[in-house]
Amino acid sequence: MTAAEHYSPSALMDVFRKALFINVVDEKMRGLLKSGGLVAVYYSPRGQEVVAAGMGVHLKPSDYLVTTYRGIHDQLAKGMPLKLLFAEYFAKVTGACKGKGGAMHITHPETGVMVTTGVVGSGLPIANGLAWATQIKKEDRVTLVTFGDGASNIGAFHEALNLASLWKLPVIFMCQNNGYGECTQYSKATPVENISERAAAYGPNLAGVTVNGNDPQAMWEASRDAVARARAGDGPTLLEAKTFRFMGHYFGDPGAYIPKDEYAAAMEKDPMPAIRQAVIESGAASEAEIKELEQEYSAQIDEALKFAADSPAPELEEISRDIYGDAA
Amino acid sequence: MSGTINFTQAYQRALYESMEADPSVIMLGEDIADEEGGGVFKVTAGLSTKFGAERVRTTPISEQAIVGAAIGASLAGMRPIAEIMLMNFITVAMDQIVNHAAKLRFMSGGQTHVPITIRTRTGAGIGAAGQHSDMLEAWFAHVAGIKVVVPSTPADAVGLLSSCIFDDDPCLFIEDSLTRTVSGPEPDPGHRLPLGKAHVDREGGDVTVIGYGRPLLDTRKIAAKLADEEGISVEIVDLRTVSPWDKETVLNSVAKTGRAVVVHEAPRSFGVGAEVAATIQEELFGQLKAPVLRATSRDVTVPFARILEQEYLYKPADIESAIKSTLK
Ligand SMILES: Cc1ncc(C[n+]2csc(CCOP(=O)(O)OP(=O)(O)O)c2C)c(N)n1
Ligand SMILES: [Mg+2]
Repeated sequence: MTAAEHYSPSALMDVFRKALFINVVDEKMRGLLKSGGLVAVYYSPRGQEVVAAGMGVHLKPSDYLVTTYRGIHDQLAKGMPLKLLFAEYFAKVTGACKGKGGAMHITHPETGVMVTTGVVGSGLPIANGLAWATQIKKEDRVTLVTFGDGASNIGAFHEALNLASLWKLPVIFMCQNNGYGECTQYSKATPVENISERAAAYGPNLAGVTVNGNDPQAMWEASRDAVARARAGDGPTLLEAKTFRFMGHYFGDPGAYIPKDEYAAAMEKDPMPAIRQAVIESGAASEAEIKELEQEYSAQIDEALKFAADSPAPELEEISRDIYGDAA
Repeated sequence: MSGTINFTQAYQRALYESMEADPSVIMLGEDIADEEGGGVFKVTAGLSTKFGAERVRTTPISEQAIVGAAIGASLAGMRPIAEIMLMNFITVAMDQIVNHAAKLRFMSGGQTHVPITIRTRTGAGIGAAGQHSDMLEAWFAHVAGIKVVVPSTPADAVGLLSSCIFDDDPCLFIEDSLTRTVSGPEPDPGHRLPLGKAHVDREGGDVTVIGYGRPLLDTRKIAAKLADEEGISVEIVDLRTVSPWDKETVLNSVAKTGRAVVVHEAPRSFGVGAEVAATIQEELFGQLKAPVLRATSRDVTVPFARILEQEYLYKPADIESAIKSTLK
């Protein structure tokens, strides 16, 4: 299913469905963590829903995704099945990775979720390789790699951008600039106003675009262009989506390092109420229809959570499996 | 088994045969294509001309990008061979190798795997000093999920490198700088040797010498001399694969001889010899007739001045005296 050429109320609705789904999942996860129903380190994507959704609607199941520890929104937008995702969060053998990778290493090749890394910046060089294979095999497939603003300061980012530009790889580097890398504010770590400016250092093959990641139309259009560019073999894009993370670095982070006025200003631009209102105004759905959607998602999520909670833990033998392919 | 070939020809042969046999074998590294001279050590000479620039790509000087691209392409079904010019430069790509290549199979619960081969070269004795000589095999042997392979004859080099390329896990194949023109019998076409299997290189009854790579070239001469001159019967076990290592073959040999010496070029402390010696005493304590000894290089930075470099390196005389000490 590919999105249409032009932004429309139905395109907005596509983005909204994915964003809402992410939003409901995230709320459930935070509820569970609070109640003790789940014990895990959780990097909430709250605030970044539209970024993932606006990109996700343009991707096919066969396209590749490489994401990070803060990746649940990307994985959901890519179509990762909920049960497998949750069971992995719950460290169960029914999880996508049999409980051996955990939330930071979610993998599901069937939906193109190829790598989730817990190491900042490391996904970019790997995404190049996925795209290189596609280029050699002449497949119709793009690779999306997502990462934070902090990741744009590590060497791997620069090596990867350079190589992707040089080889004109069908890859999209999507930087989710949420204003912070852990506790350090963007401006204290990154001396450029926009990360996309860095694309200029790697030649004309690499497009550099900054977009308001909270704006569904801007996000939808910029993603459409980046995906189309990669699909056509015209080269990679460094797409910077400006956004904010409302739940701190990890869920439970007191966030004392975020100035109150900055947080309040970001809250004013919270993408979820805004997109909801835009949907209603566009006539794509009524408030009542949205409520119905929420209930439907909520029921799906509860069912998947129950599956995860009821599933067994891995057996001890699992520790010596999947180390080498040919091991007994 | 017609003529003889040297180590460089052996590597070339394995690469050529593998590329010929399987179009998913691709190669990347610095200067490796013919336009750039076919690699600074000429191991890849002719390959880009024969198999095309698409499959044999010179890269920028970007070790993380090289290994990352190999990993990504392997996840997408290719069998990439990455050349890292010298082993010390691998340190720049440790994250990709240790955190990603080695672990993705396990962390994904077996959903993905990383069939890459990293070829690299190293070894002291050519005046390359502190940053171009280190044997770092123990670093990688310490991480589950990687195979570390070091050949000690040209024929083994063909068989082992070919097996690395067609193995479904990441393999680190270490070539020796000093012995690149040393010749040995030529193997049959399509020669392969199993990974993870040691080889009894010479049978003997008095003492077992366990090693891999260059020191075994010395050990073979010493063993022949000791047999002739002093009637000492040395059994040589060539690990071939340093990790995961073939305990069974080693323990069977030492159970027979009751004496063991481990030899390697890398420094002594925390080296492969420590692991092998510890395992032998754990398993065969009551059967040992002498302490397990090691002949290794010294725990210092590889020096430049030849006289100091020779002082750093293990010496054939050390191997000989260790063998004799076990017989006292
Ligand atoms: C190489 C590396 N260094 C440090 C860390 C610890 N760490 C985890 S997340 C993070 C912040 C990353 O910030 P950013 O890239 O902006 O992503 P965000 O968490 O905001 O999504 C840091 C420093 C790490 N995981 N990897
Ligand atoms: Mg950030």
